[in-house]
Amino acid sequence: MLAYYLSFYVNCEDKVILRSVTIHNHMTMKILVCITNVPDTTAKIAFTDNDTKLNKNGIQYIIGPYDDYALARGVEIREQSGGTLTVLHVGGAEADPQIRKALAIGADDAIRVNAEPLDSYFTALQIAHIAKQNNYDLILMGRESIDYNSGVVHGLVGEMLGIPSYSPVMKLDLDGNNATITREIDGGNEILKVSLPLVLGCQEPIAEWKIPNMRGIMTARTKPLNVVESVGSEVLTTPEKYTLPAPKGACKMIPASEAETLIRLLQTEAKVL
Amino acid sequence: MSVLIYIELENGSIKKTSLETIAYGAKVAEKTGGKAIVLAIGSADASELEKAGRYGAAKVLHATDQKLEHENSMAYADILVQAVQQENSKVVILAKSGLGDAMAARAAARLKAAVVSGVTQLPETDGVFTVTRSVFSGKAFAKTQIHSEIKILVVKKNVIEMDENAVATENAEIVPFSPAFREDDFKATVVQVEKANTELSLTEADIIVSGGRGMKGPENWQPLVDLARALGAATGCSKPVSDLDWRPHHEHIGQTGIKVAPNLYIACGISGAIQHLAGVNGSKCIVVINKDPEAPFFKAADYGIVGDIFEILPRLTEAAKKLK
Ligand SMILES: Cc1cc2nc3c(=O)[nH]c(=O)nc-3n(C[C@H](O)[C@H](O)[C@H](O)COP(=O)(O)OP(=O)(O)OC[C@H]3O[C@@H](n4cnc5c(N)ncnc54)[C@H](O)[C@@H]3O)c2cc1C
Repeated sequence: MLAYYLSFYVNCEDKVILRSVTIHNHMTMKILVCITNVPDTTAKIAFTDNDTKLNKNGIQYIIGPYDDYALARGVEIREQSGGTLTVLHVGGAEADPQIRKALAIGADDAIRVNAEPLDSYFTALQIAHIAKQNNYDLILMGRESIDYNSGVVHGLVGEMLGIPSYSPVMKLDLDGNNATITREIDGGNEILKVSLPLVLGCQEPIAEWKIPNMRGIMTARTKPLNVVESVGSEVLTTPEKYTLPAPKGACKMIPASEAETLIRLLQTEAKVL
Repeated sequence: MSVLIYIELENGSIKKTSLETIAYGAKVAEKTGGKAIVLAIGSADASELEKAGRYGAAKVLHATDQKLEHENSMAYADILVQAVQQENSKVVILAKSGLGDAMAARAAARLKAAVVSGVTQLPETDGVFTVTRSVFSGKAFAKTQIHSEIKILVVKKNVIEMDENAVATENAEIVPFSPAFREDDFKATVVQVEKANTELSLTEADIIVSGGRGMKGPENWQPLVDLARALGAATGCSKPVSDLDWRPHHEHIGQTGIKVAPNLYIACGISGAIQHLAGVNGSKCIVVINKDPEAPFFKAADYGIVGDIFEILPRLTEAAKKLK
């Protein structure tokens, strides 16, 4: 009820002034969650076209596991404090099932930038461009994608927007415009307070992965998925060729009764002690 | 033209991974005909920073300020950008870590530079600048051409052999660096910093002893910790172990946890699920101890023992103590 009342109020009155008030009351929180579309964690990786392309045959695609954490926390915040949650993907139409899944989990609408995500810089440029048009309070994504494992898109987006970015974030609490974040640092963690807007790269245990329910799946079909074209065309990198790691030699088995010899072998043969 | 190398400090010492980064950067400088310049942020003694010379650096820019006490990737990235501009650097090198990635990213946005993270080899510099990096969580490598004028590389651990005396014997010249600050980078207030009271972090460790669900419960970890101590190793675990709160989250290794690349990884009671392997496949040598001879981990191992961990761990600890 309160939400209805407020949205009515926003429509009648000066939006600029009201916006700061309503953020404080968690009412117009605008959340963006960016998701990747990546091979399932169990996928066997192989290449085609002279090792220049991933062989997509038989590969099951999923929302990136870290992005899934970001989405789950985004949905929780959206449920607690109202506002909107938009999910964004940079990539082709093959990701639409994953985008629909994100809508089923709880996003209100989706944007897909219809372009091959060429590299981190290009992808970040698209996200920053969308973000500039919509003034999100909170931009969440996974700490890294599991295909390129770069972990740089949140930082790039943060700098492009001129707002703080943190990663990997393991806990996020909001009190109005103020965020309390626990993030992992080398060998431990750090708790910090900072005000919105923010870009955050998420990881467990920020939230538990969510599975869409039947109602979510039904409503997701009619939620808006807006397809837009990309911006910027400068090519900073081009992929050349993929290779697979050299096959591992046979494992040397040591009988349990002679376990101690392992230590000697590690010292004299493997030379790692 | 120069190569700029950012090094991480921990309690006033250069992190081991950063020493590797200096050696890597010095080789890149050699290949591209420039100087290797190091940037260090935070307190450290001159005698420590001079070490950079032994790994091939000509000069160390040293920025210290009360404001820089807490790890702040935004402010640090801004300082990095200022150093790149001052030194006219065309290649920027950082060690792969949360901080390294964050700084690389923010600096890349400012410099309109390509950033490639997870680099596993020296770049090819004849013709188009080309790097090789780890992709698909270590299941493959990708060669990538970089076209931007400034190139930012985030380099994985154990990428090159380090020889402290091979490159140079000179101490590096230490030059104080006084950057300008952007107020916006200091908006956050650090409330608390918690560091695990282990001397060794997983990403820095040369040896890791790691436990899985086969350890049966948190109360059984002592024999594993004992072996780790005897070997000077850090301890890690599989995802279910940290999910069950048997061990802290920062020990979780794998595709959705920390990716490690030690010289030696000893897996105790871990089955070797593909998601776990994705976090350890950069290790030089893998030892698997599991009571199930069919455990998939043996396929990825260099040495294996089929047996009960609780029986085997104390014996390995005794044998390790007798070393040297
Ligand atoms: C999207 C996704 C992401 C994931 N990410 C990760 C990740 O990052 N890291 C990760 O580790 N997992 C991850 N997992 C989970 C992964 O699939 C496995 O479930 C997990 O790695 C199994 O952990 P484990 O080997 O400790 O346990 P188990 O598979 O239960 O294996 C226990 C092993 O202990 C052995 N054992 C038992 N008792 C003894 C004994 N007394 N002596 C010797 N051996 C004994 C058993 O034979 C068995 O092989 C992920 C899963 C998914 C779906």
